[in-house]
Amino acid sequence: MQYISEFRDGNTAQAIAKLIKNKASMEKHYRLMEFCGGHTHAIHRYGLPSLLPANVEMIHGPGCPVCVLPITRIDYAIALAMMPKVILCSYGDMLRVPGTNQRSLLKAKADGADVRMVYSVNDALQIARDNPQHQVIFFAIGFETTTPPTAVALIIAKKEKLMNFSVFCNHVLTPVAMESLLQNEESNANLDGFVGPAHVSIIVGSNAYHDVAMRYKKPIVISGFEPLDLMHSILLLIEQINANQYGVENQYTRAVNADGNVKSQQIINQTLSIRDTFEWRGLGMIANSAMKINDAYQEFDAEERFPINIIAGEEHKACECSAILRGVKKPKDCKLFAKVCTPENPFGSCMVSSEGACAAYYAYGNIVEMLTT
Amino acid sequence: MTDIIEGEVKNKPRTKLNFKQGKIEMTHGAGGRAMHQLIEQLFLAAFDNPWLQQKNDQACFNVDSGRMVMTTDSHVISPIFFPGGDIGMLAVNGTINDIAMAGAIPLYLTAGFILEEGLPLADLQQIVFSMAAAAKQANTAIIAGDTKVVEKGKGDGIFITTTGIGKVPNDILVNMQSPQPGDKIILSGDIGDHGIAIMSKRENLAFETQIISDTVSLHELVATMLKIDPTIRCMRDPTRGGLATTLNEWINQYGISIEIDEHAIPVKESVKAACELLGIDPLYVANEGKLVAVCKSDAATEILAAMHAHPLGKKAAIIGEVSHNQHGFVQMKTIFGGKRIVDWLVGDQLPRIC
Repeated sequence: MQYISEFRDGNTAQAIAKLIKNKASMEKHYRLMEFCGGHTHAIHRYGLPSLLPANVEMIHGPGCPVCVLPITRIDYAIALAMMPKVILCSYGDMLRVPGTNQRSLLKAKADGADVRMVYSVNDALQIARDNPQHQVIFFAIGFETTTPPTAVALIIAKKEKLMNFSVFCNHVLTPVAMESLLQNEESNANLDGFVGPAHVSIIVGSNAYHDVAMRYKKPIVISGFEPLDLMHSILLLIEQINANQYGVENQYTRAVNADGNVKSQQIINQTLSIRDTFEWRGLGMIANSAMKINDAYQEFDAEERFPINIIAGEEHKACECSAILRGVKKPKDCKLFAKVCTPENPFGSCMVSSEGACAAYYAYGNIVEMLTT
Repeated sequence: MTDIIEGEVKNKPRTKLNFKQGKIEMTHGAGGRAMHQLIEQLFLAAFDNPWLQQKNDQACFNVDSGRMVMTTDSHVISPIFFPGGDIGMLAVNGTINDIAMAGAIPLYLTAGFILEEGLPLADLQQIVFSMAAAAKQANTAIIAGDTKVVEKGKGDGIFITTTGIGKVPNDILVNMQSPQPGDKIILSGDIGDHGIAIMSKRENLAFETQIISDTVSLHELVATMLKIDPTIRCMRDPTRGGLATTLNEWINQYGISIEIDEHAIPVKESVKAACELLGIDPLYVANEGKLVAVCKSDAATEILAAMHAHPLGKKAAIIGEVSHNQHGFVQMKTIFGGKRIVDWLVGDQLPRIC
């Protein structure tokens, strides 16, 4: 296949692995955070840890949209879904995420709620057109990658006067989350550099991380999702760290430019605005870290249309998702991991999504690690 | 006193089912004339065989002595027509394949139909015709059946359950000895065709592709393999859950460990591309015309050569072996040169968000 197999070539991987081994100084321990869950997934799917020297450690970041959504927002979505004459449309990953008392949208569906899995917000729009007697709510989640389609849906809904359609907006911002992570002293001290987001950066552009890299003096290498992209980016990070350099470097040049997708940014600005604050699972309240529907499109805001008082949701006490999302713990450090918390019966969000660190560890995990936990 | 009609006795005029515009109605399952009509004009006519023609409530047949196999499978696929086949073809081939995986020769099938009120008769006819063709091709017969009709909204067009029996030839010893470390694992061809063909036609996920389902009966390919080695340890057709699921089932069943090589697993470029697009793994995508077999190491090359000479085994490959290392997992050497576990599928395969 053109442009896919080229980025998965085993011989090239071995060659880069050799370079990494040569360049990684024995006196140093390199702690690199892959921000995106997509990277975590690729790292484990292709067995990258077995190709890296022991002193190059990959730490999983909070870049899994399903994982960082706080329990209160899941509880809110479940409450919306349970309302009569409502069809709640959601991306599939979201359906199994446990809210308070391990209740999920899938369980709400079994109790009679009309919850539909969609692959695209366009499907939600069509469901709204086809069901004028129902309120159709789109559960919008994700980083900058999934924000433009939601923005387009708002524009279409307004143009078509699709008044039974609304959006429960939970879009969050990557560079802000990265900054918040580094503000935390424990996380900051634990990280030497970032493998930067792939698809998100196509939208926001590589310049979006410039301030964070400079302020916190960390190297950030924007990397594609293919395994060779990752190997190459890890090599570039090691070179920057060895030279005591920091700043943003773009490995994913075939897709990412400095300014990003300006048209998408315009559409987002037209329909959404920045929230004063938003809660992240694991990271707590972060100022200016999420989007809401702006005044011009307020009539399509599900939170305005269906205000629901949600009591603060409760995490399971032993769940370590928070620490894992901050990069200070690994899945195997959690007492629940693989024992009571499994993909079939998840206690925390990191075990649900294929982008979640716990799910990736569980599915592809190093055998020795799996057996000794 | 009842009047007796005098004169010539005529056959009752027979109304013909309207296969062009007609639809399934509740009466087609009510046991009366409408049901009778459906059975005579569709099922009997299409499946035409001496056992059905006896029109008893059961089929009666002779059996040889020796080992018989029996299996049953329900089919609830959506959409019911898909590139490369339909639910009827799938229902027949699926059950024949389950029989064949024991090294048995398929003999007889039964078919139970749950029809939803409103199903176009033309659709039902097409499905029944493909069942008849698939059964004929496999040299078997559908010798008993049942039809029920459920109200509109209480079914998904049509559900079909097929049951089959087959005879294991006396010299065939499949499933008689557990796989042993060093045994080879052979896959008969490209994986993922069926699942991707189905997904491409799902209402909310339509995409353009030339990929067609691989649904086919595999008993002849199996016979070819058993001619080389009648002691093949075990065979399975990796349907729902794909190749990864079958391998994990064996690990559970036999307490073995398996090592496979991603590079050796044949996947069509178009299937790879579709999987990339959807963010899913072909190892977990369904097949309906492929088999995996575990055989003794010294027989593997010859079995493979025989498979290559058969039209359904042209792309057969040795994809791995039963491991000497007792880690209890399916471990895969990735095309990238790393190693990872291939675990059970969790829930449904879902496209990723970012």
